[in-house]
Amino acid sequence: MDSSSLVVQLGQQLINGISLGSIYALIALGYTMVYGIIRLINFAHGDIYMVGAYAGFFATSVLKLSFIPALLFSMAAAGMLGIIIERIAYRPLRNAPKIAILITAIGVSLLIEYTTMLLVSPQPRTFPAIFTADIYHIAGLVINSQQVLILVVSLLLMISLTYVVHQTKMGKAMRAVSFDTDASRLMGINVDRVISFTFGIGSALAAAAGVLVGIYYNSIDPLMGIMPGLKAFVAAVIGGIGNIPGAMLGGTILGVIEALVSGFWSSTFRDAVAFGILIVILLLRPAGLLGKNIREKV
Amino acid sequence: MRAKTKTDIAGLVACILVYAAIQGLILTEFIGPFWQLNIILIGINIILAVSLNLINGFTGQFSIGHAGFMAVGAYVSAVLTVKLQLPFLAAIVGGALGAGALGFAIGLPTLRLRGDYLAIATLGLGEIIRICILNIQYVGGASGFMGIPRYTDFTWVFALVVFTVFVIKNFIDSTHGRACISIRENEIAAEAMGVDTTKYKVLAFTIGAAFAGVAGSLFAHYFYIAHPASFTFMRSFDILTMVVLGGLGSITGSITGAVLLTFVSATLASYPEWRMIIYSVVLIILMIYRPQGLLGNKELSLKLLGRLTGGKKHGSA
Amino acid sequence: MSKSRFTKIVSVMVSVLMVAGLVAGCGDQQADIIKIGANLEMTGGNATFGQSATNGAKLAIKQTNDKGGVLGKQLTLVVADNKSEAAEAANAMQKLVTQDKVVAVIAPIASSSVIAAAQVNAENKVLAISPTASNPKVTVDPATGKVRDYNFRAAFIDPFQGSVMAVFAQKSLNAKTAAIYIDNSSDYAKGLGHFFKETFEKNGGTIVTSEAYLAKDTDFKATLTKIKAQTPDVVFVPGYYQEVGMIIKQARELGLTVPFLGGDGWDSAKLPEIGGAQALNNSFFSNHYSPDDNSPDVVAFVEAYKKEYNQTPDAFAALSYDATMMVIQAMKRANSADPVKIKDELANTKDYQAVSGLISFNTTHDPVKSAVIIEMKEGKQTFREKVNP
Repeated sequence: MDSSSLVVQLGQQLINGISLGSIYALIALGYTMVYGIIRLINFAHGDIYMVGAYAGFFATSVLKLSFIPALLFSMAAAGMLGIIIERIAYRPLRNAPKIAILITAIGVSLLIEYTTMLLVSPQPRTFPAIFTADIYHIAGLVINSQQVLILVVSLLLMISLTYVVHQTKMGKAMRAVSFDTDASRLMGINVDRVISFTFGIGSALAAAAGVLVGIYYNSIDPLMGIMPGLKAFVAAVIGGIGNIPGAMLGGTILGVIEALVSGFWSSTFRDAVAFGILIVILLLRPAGLLGKNIREKV
Repeated sequence: MRAKTKTDIAGLVACILVYAAIQGLILTEFIGPFWQLNIILIGINIILAVSLNLINGFTGQFSIGHAGFMAVGAYVSAVLTVKLQLPFLAAIVGGALGAGALGFAIGLPTLRLRGDYLAIATLGLGEIIRICILNIQYVGGASGFMGIPRYTDFTWVFALVVFTVFVIKNFIDSTHGRACISIRENEIAAEAMGVDTTKYKVLAFTIGAAFAGVAGSLFAHYFYIAHPASFTFMRSFDILTMVVLGGLGSITGSITGAVLLTFVSATLASYPEWRMIIYSVVLIILMIYRPQGLLGNKELSLKLLGRLTGGKKHGSA
Repeated sequence: MSKSRFTKIVSVMVSVLMVAGLVAGCGDQQADIIKIGANLEMTGGNATFGQSATNGAKLAIKQTNDKGGVLGKQLTLVVADNKSEAAEAANAMQKLVTQDKVVAVIAPIASSSVIAAAQVNAENKVLAISPTASNPKVTVDPATGKVRDYNFRAAFIDPFQGSVMAVFAQKSLNAKTAAIYIDNSSDYAKGLGHFFKETFEKNGGTIVTSEAYLAKDTDFKATLTKIKAQTPDVVFVPGYYQEVGMIIKQARELGLTVPFLGGDGWDSAKLPEIGGAQALNNSFFSNHYSPDDNSPDVVAFVEAYKKEYNQTPDAFAALSYDATMMVIQAMKRANSADPVKIKDELANTKDYQAVSGLISFNTTHDPVKSAVIIEMKEGKQTFREKVNP
């Protein structure tokens, strides 16, 4: 088959887009859960993703762990970091004006970035090769085994999350708190603990994304979390912020659109398009694709 | 003479004295070039902080894309002086108009959003503006716009700072300003009372953007070059921090915030790796212990100083 | 914390900072120390390069000090961060030159930052030498067409490097068509891309497509798919090693096997780590020197750098080292720490044996030195050809 035919190119871009989108989806999940529960855009979330990548780097190159243990190590480390941040920086501001908490989040983000830079230097690090990439050629399309890995791991994590949210008691508590915090408190739910748990899980997922990215792209640096963080937020909004399947859908859509824009127009406008989509969605359908339209009551 | 006119004249005289004092120090080389540069930077930051305060503090709209308007002002004014050979004043006006027009165009559709959503939308818009500039070869793209003559000096900066504070203070004290404040306090109630909220939100946004454009023009004409990397989200965040530090809804607060933070940044320049860490820690602590900022929404006025130094000054205005 | 207590704490903090600032500002020149300034990107987008460059400069100073210093005095490096921003670069330059009273400055990595600060150097008569800035406007003022008296650089300028690779592609690799993939946020990459295109087309070649990416991007597959569809003979990617490594790796994964070409921004030990040794086969880049080079200067520098910092030096470190050493040599030749005299002697540098080649400054304060073309074989840089200016 002529490899330059439009269909093949389109197919290839779709594949590129889906693997990119899975990464966005994993990070977006954390954003959406935290926003759903305390209405905070956690700017530091992208940096948790970065810390997860570095934790994975540490696990594979210093502790010489293999993939799954390294992944779990990194998820645990990031989860704890997320819980600590919530406890120290966000909990005291639970009742403060919105802008204060937003600024704190930005401050935490900067703190994580520059402390990491101080500790490990801004030089990019490379992951040791724990997976060699096998390339599959199917019908003129090129698929990398690592792309498949990313997709599979992401799906597994998302399914686990859905299970936790819908089938466990803690999950029920999370849903209750995000629906109506005061009523939940009145019903005897320990709201603080639920919030900590949410932060923990969200951070763990972001860390998983970080490790997968480290393996796939092979390079990590302290500022790697800024753009993916913002894009993941866009993805969460596209899907409907506060909505878990929405985050997954939004991530995939954003990844595919970015790939198509880079492939058929110009990759320099890729970021501008992502933000443009954000604004269009906010103007036309602010609840996102899967979100519910909640009317604000006077 | 009415009391208000007396205070106005007193204020004007005070401004002239301050100007003369600082200009004198500059001309006699008492204030070296390093501090001169920082004084100009402080002036530019004051204009940025006060204009952002109009949007965020007085009208309660969450805008974190201010650097985008500054960029527009910088580039438009640079094009006017370098490519069209116009005088500096025309360039500043052009920069302000350009930024203001963009503010209007952006404000009209997006100010329907609330709170966090507006914040992210303005953040995204600031980035879009920067990325577009990065791709326009006519203004230099990634190399930046070089060869801008240095027209900015202390006189220009001081004059424009006074002008900015004057305009915005009077806006706030007028019926338009009251409308904006009512929007901040409770938008739905304001709407119910007959305030055209859309008109005032967009108006505040446009004015804020226009003054950011003025600051941008001053900026570009001091550093000989306008480069997209000077107008990233970090810049927007710096300005926001100055406003919040000083106190949302306090003009003197914004001025204080701008002065303090520019100063701190200059002092910490020798310790680059630690500078950002210290900066963010200080910010977090400030937000946790005093989220309303240093001055809250009160203004630093002679009355307040009078009370602090214990004694009755002029009778209540 | 009560309101008044908070206010008190804040006022104390502020006063302490102000005093610290004034004290730091009013440091006077100690009698037995000569200060060299470094106006580099320590934070912000270009921090990796700035930090490498700082290491290179520090090594040069340490080695000189160990040998007894210059003019009987020890040297210190005063570092000021320009936050990877043009405006801050001017600010940092101002501070170094007027507050810290340095005798010479190692100027920023990015051309736009050097240019923003150039007026400060000219007014205060203190030279700035950039390790890497490659835009011709750095040493020649576009408004007047005259050479900037106080600006120098240690690297080639864009026109030379860009055309070197074009000629190599056409002569040695017989390429008739090429694709250009540049870093749109770097004027260095854009400059190289522009001159490559000019030379390539002048000699009868065709550029089938010009694409761009942005620094810090990680996913290039979409654009590479597009490039692959155009079937170019070679792909020119004159960016920095962090992205280039990933680009080539992803290109090979997509089945794009044609030769990849680039410039000195590729030079780093991290390149084969990021890209993978196999993937980098059949790629070439122009550089100032070859580490294959058994010449004692190169070997000694690499050894010393490794010992001091536990990493292999990259191009930024090497060029910064050279820039600093040239300033020191100029100081020795001038036999004085007067900034103007140092500037004059620096301009007279002829045949200085630097790590990055044999350097002489021409009339526009640009170094005249040969380029070498390096081929990546199994993850190692190997010498391919030498190109003379």
